[in-house]
Amino acid sequence: MSEMSGMSDAQRALRQRYSAHFQPIYRGQGLTFATILIAILVFGYGIFSLDMSYARLVGGLGELGNMALRMLPPEPGSWHMAGTYVYAMLETLAIALLGTLSAAIVAFPLGFLAARNTTINQVVKFFARRSFDTLRGVDILIWALIWINVVGLGPFAGVLALFMSDLGSFGKLFSEAIEAADEKPVEGVLSTGGSSLAAVRFGVLPQLLPVLLSQVLYAFESNTRSASIIGIVGAGGIGLILSEQIRTLELQQMSFVILLIWGTVSLIDMGCSRIRFSVIGLRAL
Amino acid sequence: MIAAASHVEAYAQALAAKRRQLALGLVALAVCVWLAGHTAEVSFSKFFENIGSFTSYLYRISHLESGQWVVSDPAEWFWGWKKWLALMGETLLMAYIGTALGALGALMLCFLASKNITEREWLVFSTRRLMEFTRTVPEMVFALIFVAAFSLGPLPGILALAIHSAGALGKLFAEVVENIDMKPVDGIVATGGSWLQKVRFAVMPQVASNFASYALLRFEINVRGAAVLGFVGAGGIGQTLLEVIRKFYYADVSALLVLIIGTVMLIDGLTERVRHQLLGQERQR
Repeated sequence: MSEMSGMSDAQRALRQRYSAHFQPIYRGQGLTFATILIAILVFGYGIFSLDMSYARLVGGLGELGNMALRMLPPEPGSWHMAGTYVYAMLETLAIALLGTLSAAIVAFPLGFLAARNTTINQVVKFFARRSFDTLRGVDILIWALIWINVVGLGPFAGVLALFMSDLGSFGKLFSEAIEAADEKPVEGVLSTGGSSLAAVRFGVLPQLLPVLLSQVLYAFESNTRSASIIGIVGAGGIGLILSEQIRTLELQQMSFVILLIWGTVSLIDMGCSRIRFSVIGLRAL
Repeated sequence: MIAAASHVEAYAQALAAKRRQLALGLVALAVCVWLAGHTAEVSFSKFFENIGSFTSYLYRISHLESGQWVVSDPAEWFWGWKKWLALMGETLLMAYIGTALGALGALMLCFLASKNITEREWLVFSTRRLMEFTRTVPEMVFALIFVAAFSLGPLPGILALAIHSAGALGKLFAEVVENIDMKPVDGIVATGGSWLQKVRFAVMPQVASNFASYALLRFEINVRGAAVLGFVGAGGIGQTLLEVIRKFYYADVSALLVLIIGTVMLIDGLTERVRHQLLGQERQR
């Protein structure tokens, strides 16, 4: 053992004393390796079965590069068209705002029903939670298709679609926030002779509102993104313009619209962070 | 007495200022909502006139053509289960490969986007902007473009999921990396380790379980996303769902929705368990 012979006595002693630390690192990691192996096998099967051939990939990438060149420079075409795009973007924002806000208002009382500590009984809690799960499980685009059947094509269907899917997520988030609320302020209010309504108003709400507000602001940002694609199925917003442009390969206008979406979402993101900080301060949530 | 009176006054003033601010904010919000309602063509009369068609839609999708309640004849309800299960499997596989490719991309990008690992500021800055762009543009938009470049099928869907996931995961990964303990890094650097050795032996052991947990969370999100990518022809169960909704095959709509929601809930439950285990491992350390 040339390795051993090169070592001093002290090193050898160390190796003997802490032999476990000098074992190869992969001992006892059979499960990890099995998981990784299965993951790789499934990956390979997927590549094979989903027709991700090399030729197709290379051909597509060539076409994509070609398209990317034709996307430059981004331009709206004319001032009139630019106005149309900006209006469609405003419509998108309107859909996001109304969908988020209405869902938050309706989810607020329902959240109490789904929270362990404030619910009426177990059955109500169970049904409230399962309903939220179902609402969330259906994608916004599917909700949009369903609402188009009811109120017709247009942004109103988009508002209702965002409302449904957000109701599910807010219901879950709000009830979790209510469950996490500290009981002590409530006891404090009750011990001074306050009513149970006063306990909710002065004991629970002050803890809850900053959390809820921050969740609503996050949702508004992500809803701006969702609202910009529901137009693909005809539920208003800029998505309709975008999908038409891709179909007719008006690539320069399309890249302008994509930049518009990107810029707007970034602006909303910054605005929401500012409101969040100004309302809740730098207090950690 | 004077001191107490001035305190009360100061409190009243502070409260009044806060209330003024709140009132101002609410007025601004109300104006926004009014404008948004106008833009999004919200019409309560249309809503209440047609709300009957929503309930009748729910009625129709929950009944077979023979007029029977769907659950009374599951064989008839899920008549196309073989085809549908295969499509759902394809959707899951798409989500898996998209997540895996996205996670690989994020893994490569996240170290470049972490200030504590990469010293060159311009590299950190540009990597972050790149990831921001890919996660701000909705995956549906990427899917539309890729369908134009790669033609119809799961391939464009997978690439869209991968690009979007790379941006979203890259941000989360980079946040994890920026919060690591720097002592092992110093140790590797002190012994003359290269950049790659630093990442492999000092950073990865600290972040691997968090990365896996985030990737699983993303997988869950991507399953939902993959289920609707078919709306633009990018593979998976979405195309069939769009068809049955557009052609008013009511019972099929509910069957597919049940299948999708059930699968999503199953995946949610599974990933949540694995994630708890992963994070539990992390805490034991």
